[in-house]
Amino acid sequence: MTPRTTNALLYLDGVYVAFDGFRAINNLSLAIEPGEMRAIIGPNGAGKTTMMDIITGKTRPDEGEVYFDGNVDLTRLDETEIAELGIGRKFQKPTVFESQSVEDNLTLALNVDHSVRGTLFWRKTPGEVERIERVLETIRLKEARHRLAGGLSHGQKQWLEIGMLLAQDPKLLLVDEPVAGMTDAETHQTAELLKEINKEKSVIVVEHDMTFVRELGVKVTCLHEGSVLAEGTIDQVSANERVIEVYLGR
Amino acid sequence: MSHLLIRSLDRSAMVFLVIIAAVGIVVPLLNLLVPPTSFFHVPTYLVALFGKYVCYALLALSIDLIWGYCGILSLGHGAFFALGGYAMGMYLMRQIGGRGVYGNPLLPDFMVFLNYQSLPWYWHGFDMFWFAALMVLLVPGLLAFGFGWLAFRSRVTGVYLSIITQAMTYALLLAFFRNDFGFGGNNGLTDFKDILGFNVQAQGTRAALFVLSCIALVIGFLICRAIVTSKLGKVLLAIRDAESRTRFLGYRVESYKLFVFTLSACMAGVAGALYVPQVGIINPSEFAPANSIEAVIWVAVGGRGTLTGAVLGAVLVNYAKTVFTSGVLAPYWLFMLGALFVLVTLLMPRGIIGTLQQWWEPWRAQRAEARSAPATPAAQAPAE
Amino acid sequence: MAQFANDSFSDTEAAISAVAASGNARALPIVQALQDGRLVADPATKKVYIKENDGKVSDAVTGQAVAPSFANLGNVRLNNRLRRSVEAAIGGLTLLSADPARRLQAAQSVFRSRDAAALATIEGALEKETDASVRRAFTQARAAILLAAPDAPEASRIEAIAAIRDRGDQDALALLTGVAADPSPRVAQTAQAAISSVQSRLAMWSAAQNAWYGISLGSVLLLAAIGLAITFGVMGVINMAHGEMVMLGAYTTFVVQEVIRSSYPGLFDYSLLIALPLAFLVAGLIGVAIERGIIRFLYGRPLETLLATWGISLILQQAVRTAFGPTNREVGNPSWMSGAFELGQITITYNRLWIVVFTLAVFALLLLMLRYTSLGLEMRAVTQNRRMAASMGIATSRVDALTFGLGSGIAGIAGVALSQIDNVSPNLGQSYIIDSFMVVVFGGVGNLWGTLVGAFTLGIANKFLEPVAGAVLGKIAILVLIILFIQKRPRGLFALKGRAVEA
Repeated sequence: MTPRTTNALLYLDGVYVAFDGFRAINNLSLAIEPGEMRAIIGPNGAGKTTMMDIITGKTRPDEGEVYFDGNVDLTRLDETEIAELGIGRKFQKPTVFESQSVEDNLTLALNVDHSVRGTLFWRKTPGEVERIERVLETIRLKEARHRLAGGLSHGQKQWLEIGMLLAQDPKLLLVDEPVAGMTDAETHQTAELLKEINKEKSVIVVEHDMTFVRELGVKVTCLHEGSVLAEGTIDQVSANERVIEVYLGR
Repeated sequence: MSHLLIRSLDRSAMVFLVIIAAVGIVVPLLNLLVPPTSFFHVPTYLVALFGKYVCYALLALSIDLIWGYCGILSLGHGAFFALGGYAMGMYLMRQIGGRGVYGNPLLPDFMVFLNYQSLPWYWHGFDMFWFAALMVLLVPGLLAFGFGWLAFRSRVTGVYLSIITQAMTYALLLAFFRNDFGFGGNNGLTDFKDILGFNVQAQGTRAALFVLSCIALVIGFLICRAIVTSKLGKVLLAIRDAESRTRFLGYRVESYKLFVFTLSACMAGVAGALYVPQVGIINPSEFAPANSIEAVIWVAVGGRGTLTGAVLGAVLVNYAKTVFTSGVLAPYWLFMLGALFVLVTLLMPRGIIGTLQQWWEPWRAQRAEARSAPATPAAQAPAE
Repeated sequence: MAQFANDSFSDTEAAISAVAASGNARALPIVQALQDGRLVADPATKKVYIKENDGKVSDAVTGQAVAPSFANLGNVRLNNRLRRSVEAAIGGLTLLSADPARRLQAAQSVFRSRDAAALATIEGALEKETDASVRRAFTQARAAILLAAPDAPEASRIEAIAAIRDRGDQDALALLTGVAADPSPRVAQTAQAAISSVQSRLAMWSAAQNAWYGISLGSVLLLAAIGLAITFGVMGVINMAHGEMVMLGAYTTFVVQEVIRSSYPGLFDYSLLIALPLAFLVAGLIGVAIERGIIRFLYGRPLETLLATWGISLILQQAVRTAFGPTNREVGNPSWMSGAFELGQITITYNRLWIVVFTLAVFALLLLMLRYTSLGLEMRAVTQNRRMAASMGIATSRVDALTFGLGSGIAGIAGVALSQIDNVSPNLGQSYIIDSFMVVVFGGVGNLWGTLVGAFTLGIANKFLEPVAGAVLGKIAILVLIILFIQKRPRGLFALKGRAVEA
């Protein structure tokens, strides 16, 4: 196969995935430009999480192309390799290392040498200390740095996970339902945070909260039954008849 | 390199090392220098018994490294222990030379008995101590590497992994029971005469083996400490708690597992190698799945995820076993062991040391807060 | 007759031929008495008598009872050669018996003795014979005689080879091997062709025998593993005490039989039927107790559950050892489970056959239960997605307890079946537990068909490897193969897929 060249940072074309005959992803095509933030909406079972699984190498597509950064074929790589390429992921259910401190969680996320030998002999450099400080500040967990991550509140865990993404310093962030279970104020802060992050990195946000999506003010893609139903600004998409029918309701 | 060592030596680790060093020095001295009539004399059989406990402690340490820190429950670690033991046993058999019952200078007695015409190829080299010592590390290490390479790469985890490790040791058990496998079959290897020219039965040799076991335990402890206090240790914990999350951060989980699994198998092999000259026999029953599971419960009793706990648990449970299986309570030992499995998992999942730590935690946190309040965050890592 | 009394083997042989050729009605009893060592002779009077089993003595020639007062009577002694001639003589004499079963027996004994003297009798009998199976036996016996006689005409010997080839067993092979190097090239050639034909038939039969052994082993494995598969599938729990549930079932059978032996001996044939529900109850109730008392507190910690259940298995083993002693206990086979029959050239014992039937019945019952009862529906729901099932209002903790009870109960009835073919000792469970794990791991969880396929595959593979590699090496090979297989399919043959499987 000739390496394909596209301007898009992430490029999915004609992707199919089936689980036991059930088509979770059905001819999905999507392109994310460098520096773009994209919101993905859609009803339960629309394939949002499966799409993230495909991008991060957790699930292999049965058919179709997935390219990153122009010519890197993601379907041939595993989770570790994809993470090393610079794709970070926040899970739907906040997943942090509960038995370790907030600071250790961030330390683990730093994008330094990930080999066994590298971690065995690893020592924190002043630059890395500073980066962790900055992230702690951004996610407002400076005071809680020595607390065990398992003891944090739900919202704090969400933020810590976003903080881990920042420490990882990826080119593309996949953020699955970042404001689930957050108060309105926290939701607003999270929107601000994502916009801040988007100044340097590309972001894909999966979210149900339409207020939050509106607040982000970015291009929206609505998925339904594993393929793209509508794409455009939030106003265009929420005016779309089919979107209203399958997702938003009247 | 040095920062690894410094970082690993916190106060409790120092206390542990001092205790082991004290035991390692005092027990042999009381055995060799104090006259047998004295109250303080430690009889030679006790030195051998303590030596056995120390070997078990090293085995427990190796299990704790993978189970307590990386979440891999191996029910086949007895196999690595036994393989190390067999490697040492083969050396000891070759040392017997012409002094066996059949007086064959080359073939061990059991081979003469089973009509072997020549030494099997895999017995060559074991007349040299350095070769045997290398095999003590290499055989368990390679088996663990091969097994782990297959299992971890295919993401066999949890109880599946536990069960196939059990199948591994069971397969080896069946194999070593066979006479034509060339390791003495049912009876295993025994009737050892000397090690490096010293009589294995002699008081001095026993004491020296005990000291060596203590040294091996200390080295094993330091290696484990260095690992768990490094960032590697944090990655292991991360794998234990959320394996797939660790992958999405860009860590190659299988490499980490493979590293600690292989290292742990080597440690278990060393433990087995030191065990064999002290008990004077190695036979296939060491491969029995029950042995491996029993070793896991030592770790659980002491407290997994705490290295001192593993050592403590191994010594305590085995001491209890010695006491109970030798007296009128012998028929009840299995009841007690069974109850230990149930009660520890149910009531004390953190084990002895873990539970103590839990109690100390509020008190320690208070002190830490008092200490760190005036300090700047950068002072948190004194080793830097 | 007097020759019998000479105490000389060659004289005895001559006497046997004479008696056999006499055609006298007394000939058969005499030769039979000789075979049984009941023929006695008085060397002084040269008279020969037959001792009956009840102690009476009769004159061999006349058959009339005589007083047993002969102090110097001596048995007519036999050696191996004579025993063959006796057998041949009996064969020849019974060939013309009116009873087809005896004719068949006689034909077979002639087949073995290949006594050329019987040839004429056989040929005569063959012409008159109407019974098909006796006819076949006669034909084969005749063929055996012809093959053993190098001076018989070539055409009839070749015909004989064909008859022997059709017989197709080890005896036929031995006979044919005898003529494979015959001086006549045509005979030798035909014999060699026949040998290879017989050999391939024998190989087929031995494969069939292995397959039967494999099915039998597979059904035992299935029986032992099926309960484990249910608990593992529904609860994600590895029950290390599962083998002990099997053991408890076996001991329940033992106790039931003891009670029957001492109080109601007439019921012995029903002992297994009585033991089945009791074993199910005993093991099932202990299972529920274990689940309620221990396992439910360890939910979500499968590795700890594994350790705790191992502890339970130690306790149960030791408890049984204390109560019943460490040695094997005797559990008898009811009459309908004893014995064996032949199917072609494979031997099938009734106990194995019943276990296969029983296993399949249990399996079918379980499938129906899972499909058509509400508990089955709930169990399937919990297997596929525990959280979702819980939020749909299924009392998962009740399902867990019942599942564990069901799994243990099935282990209990497995114990009843296994008590028929294995030693009932406190270690009974240990010998099955690793194999059961292998079945579950190989077959995959969440699907009973996986367990079925897994059990029979392992059973048959084991029995086909055994003749090649030996029992122990075969078993090691199976273990290694499973360890390798797990690499390819970490979740077994029939794994659940999709999002529900995560974590």
